[in-house]
Amino acid sequence: MSLGAFALVLLALATLSYVAARARARAFKVDSHHHVHSRPSYHGLRAGLTALVPAGLLILAWGIVGDGVVAEQTLSQLPEASRPAPGLDKQAFLNEVRGVVSGELPAAFRPAANEAVPIYRSTQQSWTLLIGGLAVLLALIGGGYAWLRTAPDVRARTQVEMFATVVLALASLIAILTTLGIVLSLLYESLEFFSRVNPLEFIFGTQWSPQTAIRADQVGSSGAFGAVPLFWGTIFIGAIIAMLVAIPLGLMAAIYLTQYARSSTRKILKPLLEILAGVPTVVYGYFAALTVAPAVRDLAISVGIESASSESALAAGSVMGIMIIPFISSMADDALSSVPGAMRDGSFALGATSSETIKRVLVPAALPGIVGGVLLAISRAIGETMIVVMAAGQAANLTANPLESVTTVTAQIVQLLTGDQEFDSAKTLSAFALGLVLFIVTLMLNIYALTVVKRYREAYE
Amino acid sequence: MPDATVVHDEVVMADGAKMTARDVDVFYGEKQAVDKVSIDVDSHYVTAFIGPSGCGKSTFLRCFNRMNDTIDIARVGGRIELDGKDIYDPKMDVVQLRARVGMVFQKPNPFPKSIYENIAYGPRIHGLASAKADMDEIVERSLTRAGLWNEVKDRLDESGTAMSGGQQQRLCIARAIAVDPEVILMDEPCSALDPIATARIEELIDDLRGNYAIVIVTHNMQQAARVSQRTAFFHLGNLVEYGGTEAIFTNPRADRTRDYITGRFG
Ligand SMILES: Nc1ncnc2c1ncn2[C@@H]1O[C@H](COP(=O)(O)OP(=O)(O)OP(=O)(O)O)[C@@H](O)[C@H]1O
Ligand SMILES: [Mg+2]
Repeated sequence: MSLGAFALVLLALATLSYVAARARARAFKVDSHHHVHSRPSYHGLRAGLTALVPAGLLILAWGIVGDGVVAEQTLSQLPEASRPAPGLDKQAFLNEVRGVVSGELPAAFRPAANEAVPIYRSTQQSWTLLIGGLAVLLALIGGGYAWLRTAPDVRARTQVEMFATVVLALASLIAILTTLGIVLSLLYESLEFFSRVNPLEFIFGTQWSPQTAIRADQVGSSGAFGAVPLFWGTIFIGAIIAMLVAIPLGLMAAIYLTQYARSSTRKILKPLLEILAGVPTVVYGYFAALTVAPAVRDLAISVGIESASSESALAAGSVMGIMIIPFISSMADDALSSVPGAMRDGSFALGATSSETIKRVLVPAALPGIVGGVLLAISRAIGETMIVVMAAGQAANLTANPLESVTTVTAQIVQLLTGDQEFDSAKTLSAFALGLVLFIVTLMLNIYALTVVKRYREAYE
Repeated sequence: MPDATVVHDEVVMADGAKMTARDVDVFYGEKQAVDKVSIDVDSHYVTAFIGPSGCGKSTFLRCFNRMNDTIDIARVGGRIELDGKDIYDPKMDVVQLRARVGMVFQKPNPFPKSIYENIAYGPRIHGLASAKADMDEIVERSLTRAGLWNEVKDRLDESGTAMSGGQQQRLCIARAIAVDPEVILMDEPCSALDPIATARIEELIDDLRGNYAIVIVTHNMQQAARVSQRTAFFHLGNLVEYGGTEAIFTNPRADRTRDYITGRFG
């Protein structure tokens, strides 16, 4: 019998407990003036959950550690000579054994593994029976106990509600725990990196060439990990060029939509603008690489700048700016529309024109909200990857010339991690350090921006 | 067909009132909110608009400074004149009109700027002061008129939104006065205020009466009786009765006016 079959049995037992306890609760003699604490279905649910949850947890736990336990036991039963060496070898060995056991492989490549297959199979079988049996027993005890204890004064509803609360809280914890896990793994790999490269050099160094030689006789074997050119490239493209495009256009779009457009126009334009936000960034990447970048270069050459590169900060940054427009305009739209209409009327009633009202009252009043939106947009822009990978180039130049090619943190991470890589080289590890910096910066930007926006919302409530 | 407006003799006057409205209609889309209303408003009087909720008082009031222009679906018909000039004439400049016909709203709505900047806003827009000293003088004069100067003269840099509701409303009145209007429209200016703040605003209205034509919308009968010299009663978009305040309250001629004033409906 497999664990799946046991799970079915458990479900059946839980259902049985539910039905039985509910029936029992229905039979309570209660005088009608008395309030019963829990309806019968709650008693049923309580019994069903008591049967299911402990047994289910047992099976879940076994699902997590089971394979490891079975593998260790199998190996210990093999003769000394046929055991694999620890580490990668052992991993490969076990993969073969499991492949054969599950039927994916006709036979193992190594003779020793073939030898291990029947042992593995029987070990697994007996563990499954043991755990499955235990689970069924737990379910019987739990369900039976709950059924016996079903009584009018049992607060079944409260208990079921509490269970639901715990489950929901766990669900929300998962997102948080995942983030935490990501941070920890980033942190771990980054520490590994910083044990090889001085953090000060990483943060303040201006030379970035991560190619370390694999053999000692190759040239340039040391590598240089000064990340300033990457930080600069990121800021140059994401926070400067993109924002120069996105802030004015996004703000003007929002002002037009909230103050000038008739409501019928607004109904068409606003969703249209929001569709822009749903275009996959790789499409913007194409646009940047195939249309904008060559156009920028041709333009530069036509005005006499011969050195213009076909990959440029300007191309990537401006397309990224266009991508960010809907983001800024919808944040600014929110901010402007949450300025009370009375403010606008007050200004109009004094004889101000629309543009005076916008310039002197609405925008200043909405400014904190707009600034918060811009910060969020920046944090999005510096984390954006696809466009820069496709259009900004890979050269870690420290330059303020928008026609030159620069690279960003994200583009470098992609380059460092794609292709065949040695996993424990400083080159690969540097990707994690870059990721960590990016994570910390965007996190802080987001937190700050959200508090700004929140304080602003409260101001008008 | 609604009954014709009952107009008391004492309010009938020769042409030359500050503002005159003739057969004014207002539609919101298909819905008529104001129906053929004619009225005169003049300086030295406070005119009160009373009537049950939704009868079109605010809508009609907003016709006098064309604030209905800011509502997409609102359409205004009829004729309204300021000093004999049609204010809905295409040649009439709304910016100048609103400088001459100021407005105070139901909820105090100071701008989120300093007290000083709140007052200076209007004069700046209309270019009333070129030198800083001139502006300072306008600010002081307006705040003094609104009875606020002594309370705020030491904190002109503080935000206008950080004051009490009553102070905010007086700030809004001062803001309206600062552009030197001829008419001031007030839409339930005290409805968000406590009795003491209300009393101060009422005193203020009384003080201002000599220099401006004032129109006030109110739901509070006592307030209408206290501050106004003329009262117009509206019902379902119609102007039912218009006369001296005392006559309207003590001796209303239309049945609907009497019912409303004695609290039988509304
Ligand atoms: N912006 C608008 N759009 C559509 N209809 C409106 C609008 N403003 C007011 N109305 C309608 O016009 C009618 C008159 O409204 P108005 O606000 O002038 O009444 P009011 O006498 O001021 O009422 P209250 O005493 O409650 O302030 C109401 O039926 C209202 O529903
Ligand atoms: Mg009103």
